[in-house]
Amino acid sequence: MPISADELEADLRGAFPDAQITIEDLAGDGDHYRARIASRAFEGLTRVRQHQLVYAALKGKMGGALHALALETTSAP
Amino acid sequence: MTDTVQVSPAAEFIAGAIADNPVVLFMKGVPDQPGCGFSAIVVQILDHLGVDFVGINVLQSDELRQGIKAFSDWPTIPQLYVNGEFVGGSDIVREMFQSGELKTFLKEQGALPR
Repeated sequence: MPISADELEADLRGAFPDAQITIEDLAGDGDHYRARIASRAFEGLTRVRQHQLVYAALKGKMGGALHALALETTSAP
Repeated sequence: MTDTVQVSPAAEFIAGAIADNPVVLFMKGVPDQPGCGFSAIVVQILDHLGVDFVGINVLQSDELRQGIKAFSDWPTIPQLYVNGEFVGGSDIVREMFQSGELKTFLKEQGALPR
């Protein structure tokens, strides 16, 4: 059950309004993405906590609708 | 309404595994034969650094596969634990490896000789 890059970006944008977000569809199948997210929301957090925030923003899609999402998060927009 | 805390056998197993072993990788497949590219990457990195680790195949039971996700609040596999602490999945481990941070961290944790 693939999801579109737009849908993915909308979820991320909703959770991180200030963010710079870049999304790449790695396999062209709507199922394997790479997202780079730079947001102040990540400031002072470990990478694990940063990625947990992203997964929370995706409301359970990760590991379900979305098979693979390579994540790079930074706190400097 | 009463809240009851239920500890699943899977959670108990996971807690035991990370308490008993300094470096534990929850993965798909076994270290000699990873069943997924993301698990394979982390195995390669640990092997490359010469880290002694215990690989636990989450595909052996659905309860364990779901249990580790709940335990770590992390939706994907692999998951690396060092001295009981969740370090990350394949993206984080790879990023830490590439920056040299992983080696330093493992030395600090006593998982590699200084």
